[in-house]
Amino acid sequence: MSNKTKMAWNAGLIVALLATLFVLEQVLPSGSMFFTVLKKGAIYALVAVSMNLLNGFTGLFSLGQAGFMLLGAYAYAILTIPVESRGSVYQYFDGGIIQFTVPVPVALAAGGVLAAIFAFLIGLPVLRLKSDYLAIATLGFAEIIRAVFQWDKLGPITNGSNLLRNFPSFKSVLYPFVVSGICIALIVLLINSTYGRAFKAIRDDEIAAEAMGINLAHHKRLAFVISSFFAGVSGGLLAMYQTTIQASMFKSAMTYEILLIVVIGGIGSVTGSCISSFLFIACSEWWLRFLDNENLYIGGFHVPFLRPGFRKVVFAVVIMVMVLFYRQGIMGTKEFSVEGIKNFFQTRFGRKKAAEGGGSHE
Amino acid sequence: MSNILEVKNLNVSYGGIKAVKEISFVVPKGQVVTLIGANGAGKSSTLRSIVGLVRPESGSIQFKENELAGLPTDQIVSKGITLVPEGRRVFPDLTVLENLKIGAYMRKDSLDADLNWVHELFPRLKERSWQLAGTLSGGEQQMLAIGRALMSRPELIMMDEPSLGLAPIVVQGVFDIIKEINKQGVTILLVEQNANMALRAADLGYVMETGRITLSGSGKELAENEEVKAAYLGKAK
Repeated sequence: MSNKTKMAWNAGLIVALLATLFVLEQVLPSGSMFFTVLKKGAIYALVAVSMNLLNGFTGLFSLGQAGFMLLGAYAYAILTIPVESRGSVYQYFDGGIIQFTVPVPVALAAGGVLAAIFAFLIGLPVLRLKSDYLAIATLGFAEIIRAVFQWDKLGPITNGSNLLRNFPSFKSVLYPFVVSGICIALIVLLINSTYGRAFKAIRDDEIAAEAMGINLAHHKRLAFVISSFFAGVSGGLLAMYQTTIQASMFKSAMTYEILLIVVIGGIGSVTGSCISSFLFIACSEWWLRFLDNENLYIGGFHVPFLRPGFRKVVFAVVIMVMVLFYRQGIMGTKEFSVEGIKNFFQTRFGRKKAAEGGGSHE
Repeated sequence: MSNILEVKNLNVSYGGIKAVKEISFVVPKGQVVTLIGANGAGKSSTLRSIVGLVRPESGSIQFKENELAGLPTDQIVSKGITLVPEGRRVFPDLTVLENLKIGAYMRKDSLDADLNWVHELFPRLKERSWQLAGTLSGGEQQMLAIGRALMSRPELIMMDEPSLGLAPIVVQGVFDIIKEINKQGVTILLVEQNANMALRAADLGYVMETGRITLSGSGKELAENEEVKAAYLGKAK
C-alpha cells in the first residue's frame, strides 16, 4: 500500500469512528457507563501516549505524569471559572486574585504550556539522572507539586485544598476524542520525524547516539518538555470530564495507573497505549463492577467473598496474568494498522485457498 | 602532504586514573593510520577524547587547524569526524535504514547520494533495509556501523576495534572495506588489537603501551620490528 492510500484509509477510519460515536450518542442514554468509559479512556489514552513518548521511545523512565496533569488541570480550571461564580468557589479567599477568563481551547493549551515550562525547569537538573533515579526524582516532583498546590498561602490562586468547580465541561463524547486525537496525531508525527528517530537512537544506545552527533541533553529535554505538554493538556481534559478538581486527586497512584496502561499496551506502541487505555478504564470502572455487589446470586447460589472493593483484587490478578503471559504487552512494539489486518486476513485466506488447491494466489 | 589531525601532549584521565599520558601523534590526510597496543593501553580513550565523548584533561587536538579539545561531540561530528564505536553499537530496535539515517543526523541536505554510496559498498545492507539491526549477524552489524559512520560524509573516520569478535574471514572483509573507503578519499584512524592485520593495512602506525606512544613508523617497519613482533605478532625474538 502506498503512503497515500494508507493515509486515506486512516482518515476514513477516523471519520467512521467519530460518526459511529455521534450516532451512538443519539441512540443510547447519555448517562450510560459506555460513554463514561469512552470519555475517560480517550483522556487516559492521551496521557498514556505522552508517557510512552518518554518511556517507550526515548527510554527515560519518568513518573511525573500526575504532577504535570495537575498543573494542566489547575491552569485550565483557574483560567476558565466564570468571574461571576469566583466569589462562591474561592469563598475563603475573597474570590481569588485572578478576575478574568479565557476561551476553553486557550485554557487547555495554557495548561500544556505551564506543564511544559515546569518540565523544562525541572529537566535541567533531573535529566542528568538515569533510569530508576530519574523515576524517583520525577515522582518526588509530582508529590511536591501536589503539596504546594494545597498550600494555604497560594489560596488566592489555587483555592488551597478546596475544590475548584463551575468551570466549563464537555457533554459530548466527541470532545475528548477530537482533542486527544489531534494531540496523539501530533505525537505520532513527532515520533516519525528525524527527532523521533533520534529519540529512539538514544533509547537504544546513548553512547552510540552521542557519537553520531546527537546532543543527548538537548533531545532528552525536548522529549521531556513535549511529553509534559501533552500530559498538561490531558490534565485539562480530565478537569473538564470530572467537573470538579482538587490537588489531592493527583496522587502517585494515578501515575502508576498510566504506567500500567503503557506497559499493558506495549512499551513503544502508540496504538497499544490507546487500546489498553480503553480496556483498562472499562475493566476498572465498568466490567468488574458486579464484583462489588455483596448480594450477587447466580441461580440460588450466593457468590462468596464479594464485597465493595473486591473488583480491585480481581483486577490485580488480571493484571498479573497479563504481565506473566504477555510480557511485551498487547501490541509489543508493533502498531495497529489497516495494512496489518489486511496482511493477517490475506495470510489466513491465502492459506485456505492453497489448501483447497487454489495455488494461484500469492 | 598535510596532516588532517594533529594531537599534541594529550592527557585523559578517569577520576584520577591516567589513561592517556602526554601523547602526540599526527594523521596525514588520505592515509590509513593505526594505533595498536594491548588491552588498557589507552587506545580507545584516545579516540573517545578526539570525538569529545570524554573531555581531555589537557593537550591540543587540531583537526584541519581547528582546535577540538573541549568542544561537544555534536560540533565535532559536524566538522567531519566520526567514530565507529567499539563493539559496533548499532541501534538494535531500529531498522537498518533508520540506523543509516541516524548516521546522517547532523546533515540537513539530501541523503540519496550517500545512501546509494553506502548501499554500493555494502549490498547486504540494501537487501536488509527493513530488518531490525539487532537481528543482523556480527559481521553485518560491523558493516552497518561503518556504513552509519560514512553517512555523515566524514573526512576522517575513526574505527575502534572493527575486527573485535568476528570470524577471520569476516575480518578480512572488514579490512578490504577499510582499504576501499580509504581509496575513495576518506582518511582512516584505526585502533586495533589485531596488530598483524592493522599493520598490513596501515600507511603509518603507532604503538601504545600504558598510556604512552612507545614506537612509531610505517606499517611495514613496525611489522618487521623485533619488539613489536615479540609483543603483538606472536613471533619469538
